[in-house]
Amino acid sequence: MEFFWIFLILAVLVTVFGIGVVIAGRRRAGSVEAPPAARPLPTAPTTERTKPSVGAPVIDTPAVAVDEPPVPPKPASLRDRLAKARSAFSGAFSGVLGRGSITDETWDELEEALLRADVGLGVTDALLGELKERVRSKEITEPSDLLDALQAEMASRLEGSDRSLRFDASLPAGQPNVWMFVGVNGVGKTTTIGKVAQQQISDGRTVLLAAGDTFRAAAAEQLGTWAERSGAEFVRGAEGGDPSSVIFDGVERAAARELDLVLADTAGRLHTKTNLMEELRKVRRVAEKGAGTVTETLLVIDATTGQNGLTQAREFREATDVTGVVLTKLDGSAKGGIVFAIETELGIPVKLVGVGEQIGDLIAFDPREFVAALFDRA
Amino acid sequence: MFDTLSNRLDGIVKRLRGKGRLTEADVDEVMKEIRAALLEADVNVTVVRSVCNRIREHAIGATRSQALDPGQQVVKSVHDELVRILGGETLKIQYAPKPPTVILMAGLQGSGKTTATGKLALWFKSQGRNPLLVGADLQRPAAVEQLRTLGRQVDVPVYSDPEDPVLTAFQGVEEAKRLGRDVVIVDTAGRLSIDTEMMEQVRLISGAVAPTYTFLVIDAMTGQDAVQTAEAFHQTLQISGVILSKLDGDARGGAALSVKEVIGRPIAFASTGEKLDAFEQFHPDRMAGRILGMGDMLTLIEQAEKAFEKDQAERAAEKLMEGEFTLDDFLEQMQALKKMGSLGSLMGMIPGMPKELKNAKISDDDLKPIEAIIHSMTAEERARPQLINGSRRARIAKGSGRDPGEVTRLVKQFGEMQKMMKKMGMGAKKGKRGGFGLPGMPGLPGMPGGMKGMPDMAELEQLMGGAKPPK
Repeated sequence: MEFFWIFLILAVLVTVFGIGVVIAGRRRAGSVEAPPAARPLPTAPTTERTKPSVGAPVIDTPAVAVDEPPVPPKPASLRDRLAKARSAFSGAFSGVLGRGSITDETWDELEEALLRADVGLGVTDALLGELKERVRSKEITEPSDLLDALQAEMASRLEGSDRSLRFDASLPAGQPNVWMFVGVNGVGKTTTIGKVAQQQISDGRTVLLAAGDTFRAAAAEQLGTWAERSGAEFVRGAEGGDPSSVIFDGVERAAARELDLVLADTAGRLHTKTNLMEELRKVRRVAEKGAGTVTETLLVIDATTGQNGLTQAREFREATDVTGVVLTKLDGSAKGGIVFAIETELGIPVKLVGVGEQIGDLIAFDPREFVAALFDRA
Repeated sequence: MFDTLSNRLDGIVKRLRGKGRLTEADVDEVMKEIRAALLEADVNVTVVRSVCNRIREHAIGATRSQALDPGQQVVKSVHDELVRILGGETLKIQYAPKPPTVILMAGLQGSGKTTATGKLALWFKSQGRNPLLVGADLQRPAAVEQLRTLGRQVDVPVYSDPEDPVLTAFQGVEEAKRLGRDVVIVDTAGRLSIDTEMMEQVRLISGAVAPTYTFLVIDAMTGQDAVQTAEAFHQTLQISGVILSKLDGDARGGAALSVKEVIGRPIAFASTGEKLDAFEQFHPDRMAGRILGMGDMLTLIEQAEKAFEKDQAERAAEKLMEGEFTLDDFLEQMQALKKMGSLGSLMGMIPGMPKELKNAKISDDDLKPIEAIIHSMTAEERARPQLINGSRRARIAKGSGRDPGEVTRLVKQFGEMQKMMKKMGMGAKKGKRGGFGLPGMPGLPGMPGGMKGMPDMAELEQLMGGAKPPK
């Protein structure tokens, strides 16, 4: 970096701030301070309609909750789990199918349904563009055929990827596989690791969880709880400590005990923070410094994520060689359509889907079911 | 990479420049761009439709008027529309007449409730209040532990009872009364809006604590679902405002705009960083600027006011323009700037900064050699770098552990910068505005693309003024 640029940038900043501070001061001096608001503000309103229990004695309310039975773990099938929320196309069906032919409104409705599912404008245009060709050439004439064709087209775009979790069984004892979990804050990395651990252990593998999230308060405790539940070994460091050394220690411990697999948690980080992404690169490097081999780097993405998800995937891939995506929280009302862009533009396959908080609520991604769920007529 | 809305709009303005009037076809094309940009910013589809209809009307109006610059008019109407949707006023907290003021936090899993709870506690403390945190998230492992850690960090007590979330919340408020804490913030478990059992639970918690404010925490990266989620929570809880988390990423936060439009409740706070004090009240006009990619000048200036002495900042800027800026001044300003954040992020927040400068990735490490060299100079040398001869240079290089060539380069390039700034200072004088100003910086030599985008004084004032002109 040339000094000149730094000087210039600093100079510009100083100038802008100098002027800005002056203007701000002037503005403040000149403007009359508003009198302290006498204006009524929204205190949490209590409507009778939605809150029948407000007037009831509060002492009673806890008892109701205590009686609620814990949610039993349900067998997970993607479509079962998604049936609760309205499907992406449920709003479009009556419009599209209600017309005798394919009109401009049909296209608008389909576009809107796709956009609502966070599929994004690029993928949506591509999908509909292709179908418009086929309608123009009279290959498709019926609205119901159009829906089928769209569904098939979407599924076919997600086909042909290898979605298995990569475990190198040829590595000798004492050289564990390492699976790293990365992603922005709050997507569910730690929870996902807990579920993966459970599944790998029930598949007969020996697993160690390494608490590489040394940043968020109590993240290690959270992972420790999962280790206990699943019966995995557990390595943690000090809060605020160096994540690389925790992962390194985890790999060493797993190697010494001849465990099969290390699941490495990392702190959530926004992909825009260069220093944190740099730290992640280092974690990735250090994970392979000892006896371990990183065979899978999973980017965890929240199904509610909007178009920013593509940028996230791009940046994390750039930093850590992402090999697969875990799409979490798909049991909510969000559709997770951003994975179309991630798969088709970046070629990163979705491998797992999170559909609940129970330890068994992590299932293999099946593109046909995923797409079919978007079209469910609930 | 997606173009930002502002880049797109810039493109539109360029294309329309020179056209005396807009045709309907022009407007259609413009609307297509605006729509795409809003959708890429995750603004809700329905909201996009209504926004576009209104902007279109304005634009059509502009085609009929004799306006000189129709492109600019369109951009302005987009900005105005965004500000209108986001709502003009910043939410002002009104404390319960009979303490404690109870705040209920709700949201999806991973939206950042617990962190926001800690940050909000710190914010209330800064307002002279004594908050108590209540950990009613008994769902996620170690969530209460996380809250306790946050409580320790901000020095606020935490109440929780592992038995039952509703009971915990209720007892938390009682505890606050007993301890004389005047604000209670209840953290709840993350829940999906379609999980009827969990939604019932949070409704019961709300009933038990009768919150003064119920805040819905929404991740700035959320897509189209934000609206559905907000509607569902609003139906159950009567949301009084939204806390927008993770706004420090590059998500444009269009979801925020949509939520405000759909549930009619303001965005109260925004969380803008990992540190606990990176939390501020939300200013709608600034968000409009962000969605448009116009930077966030006002926030920057506020930070600047904290970091700089006012007179000092003014003097420094003036000196720079007059070419009397010394290495000493430079060092001082550099230190103040560093207090405000990394230089890269500061550049990013200045509207209209040319891409070349924005993308020049300077980290604070790049500043270290400069600091080291300047620190190794005597006061005389800093004031008059031309004094530096061979032996002085060798001494400075040795003292700073840098190369003598680097010392030469630094002095030379500092001189070039001084000259350039002086030249611009003269230009500004001619423009005459309040003594000094930042001109359009036309055609800086050696600067790729020039600095055409820099805001001038008037623009800066406008950006900062937003909806409220000085009385």
